[in-house]
Amino acid sequence: MSSSATTDSRPGTPAASGAAAIRLRGLRKEFPGRPPVVAVAGADLTIGSGEFFSMLGPSGSGKTTVLRMIAGFEQPTSGTVELAGEDVTGRPPYARDVNTVFQDYALFPHMSVQENVEYGLMVKKVGRAERRRRAAEALEQVRLGDKGDRRPTQLSGGQRQRVALARALVNRPSVLLLDEPLGALDLKLREQMQVELKEIQREVGITFLFVTHDQDEALTLSDRIAVFNEGRIEQVGSAREIYEQPANVFVAGFVGTSNLLRGEEAERATGRRGTYGIRPEKLTVVRPGTRRSGSEISAAGTVAEVVYAGPVTRFVVDLDGGGRLIALEENGHSATHDELRRGDPVELLWHSEHLIEVPEENSTTDDPSTAQRSSS
Amino acid sequence: MRQRRTPFGLLAAPMAWLVVAYLGALVAIFATAFFTTDPFTNKVVTTFTTENFSGLFTSTYLRIIGRTLLIAALVTILCMVIAVPFAYFMARVAPRRLRGVLVAAVLVPLWASYLVKAYAWRAMLQPEGVLDSVFGGTPGYGTVAVVLTLTYLWLPYMILPVYSGFERLPEAHLEASADLGGSTATTFRRIVLPSLTPAIVAGSVFTFSLSLGDYIAVQIVGGKLQVLGTAVRQNIVLDLPFAAALGTASVVIMVVYLTLAGRTGALDNL
Repeated sequence: MSSSATTDSRPGTPAASGAAAIRLRGLRKEFPGRPPVVAVAGADLTIGSGEFFSMLGPSGSGKTTVLRMIAGFEQPTSGTVELAGEDVTGRPPYARDVNTVFQDYALFPHMSVQENVEYGLMVKKVGRAERRRRAAEALEQVRLGDKGDRRPTQLSGGQRQRVALARALVNRPSVLLLDEPLGALDLKLREQMQVELKEIQREVGITFLFVTHDQDEALTLSDRIAVFNEGRIEQVGSAREIYEQPANVFVAGFVGTSNLLRGEEAERATGRRGTYGIRPEKLTVVRPGTRRSGSEISAAGTVAEVVYAGPVTRFVVDLDGGGRLIALEENGHSATHDELRRGDPVELLWHSEHLIEVPEENSTTDDPSTAQRSSS
Repeated sequence: MRQRRTPFGLLAAPMAWLVVAYLGALVAIFATAFFTTDPFTNKVVTTFTTENFSGLFTSTYLRIIGRTLLIAALVTILCMVIAVPFAYFMARVAPRRLRGVLVAAVLVPLWASYLVKAYAWRAMLQPEGVLDSVFGGTPGYGTVAVVLTLTYLWLPYMILPVYSGFERLPEAHLEASADLGGSTATTFRRIVLPSLTPAIVAGSVFTFSLSLGDYIAVQIVGGKLQVLGTAVRQNIVLDLPFAAALGTASVVIMVVYLTLAGRTGALDNL
């Protein structure tokens, strides 16, 4: 991961060097209705050239709509889209130097795999020989060199997804847009494709803008992530920033397990009022009275649930002072953990620097509409 | 356990109907075409002859067959030209509520009597009729009038399959084409038309075959125009075997048409 990504916490600043590949200014989209449905409520974002950038959020959070406005499938209600410094807001999709990998691949069923991949070159009047060569190259790149004659319906889900990738990449766009491209694949294949995507992105060096609702996927793949919620960008930052310093309660809850202590619960457990979060893997579960080093903070509680999950065990602990925290312990390290059962009294230990103060209200953007929301 | 028997019995009634009513009638037509008539009584005489078929290949009847094919082809092409944009608008552009209204508007004329609609066209086409007063002219009764009327009559049979073809065409395919650099025209030619071909061909089977066999609308708006249907109608009383030969000709034309249509793969999903 690029080091600048982890140190630069200003929202909307590209991590990679070079000009901005994509710049969104005040991008807003309303769909007609009574009242109009606000899909995107003003997005400002700058994505650097060569970045692997993810838009993460629950369904209906506006991330796909932003992607579709960049591709040109939707016209923004207001605001602008710039690609490589050029305002392309009013342009149709075919006049933008971006290509899209669709969620359901959208391969043309009446064409062979080879013809699908050649399509973009064909409509741009690239010569037949050149077209053949580049399509073959692109198919080779996604390891489908021998499947050119097949019809899309004769391929498996993973193969179709790679054809869609080749069909987009063969045009050498400056930006590749990926709309939940791995959503339809099963877990094993998805993990394998994640690695391949990352490799391909490094090879071709073009900007990837990736839409996903899967936080693991976003954390694994991205140089930077924008977290979306209800049409707004809640936070922009590297995976580490998003995870370790969530900007607000939503981000803390959506990325990783929500482990929050609020108000009086927080005061009893930490001595301070406010909303605090702590990641499950930062908590240690011990039996009451276990000796420990002085730097740790402790809170007493009772085991409410023990969930064995292979490499780890998840302990759900109800604190005596109120509140519930989840602790994640690696298996095979401590006999105590194997013996703990529901109802056992325990103590949770943590280092104070791992306690994250989470603002209740959105404070990351200076979007005027944000203020309206926090008051509602 | 009791063995289950395939209930072929259920098929008996429909099969009997199919064999007797459909195939039987076809066989009867085909057989009759090889008979002849008594010149004095006009009764059918069952002596074998191929004269009826050679009669088809005279210039009079070749011209009639050619004219009928031309009318059927024109009607089919006109229906395509009107149906494709109309169905596109219905399926892709119109808001949901308007779509329902349009589907109804296409279907409702099918419930009106064929004769009423044909006579309505006769009224519109007459001198000083609606066409005359609105457009300042009327083609009069003849080939053009027949093509117009038949196009009107069979248009729903083209619109409906094309409309459902558009509905089945995923929006993402159009977006993918545009995304890959295809202009609207390119997308239409390379993506939309190939996807719609089966629907258009299916619709054309209706418009073509219905136009090929029509004789009522031709009598109402065609003036003295002779087509296959009217020729059959005229010969039925005086020379039934020759009428049967004419009928066989239209069956053969339709078999050829369906064979060609089948080659496009359009009939695979019927």
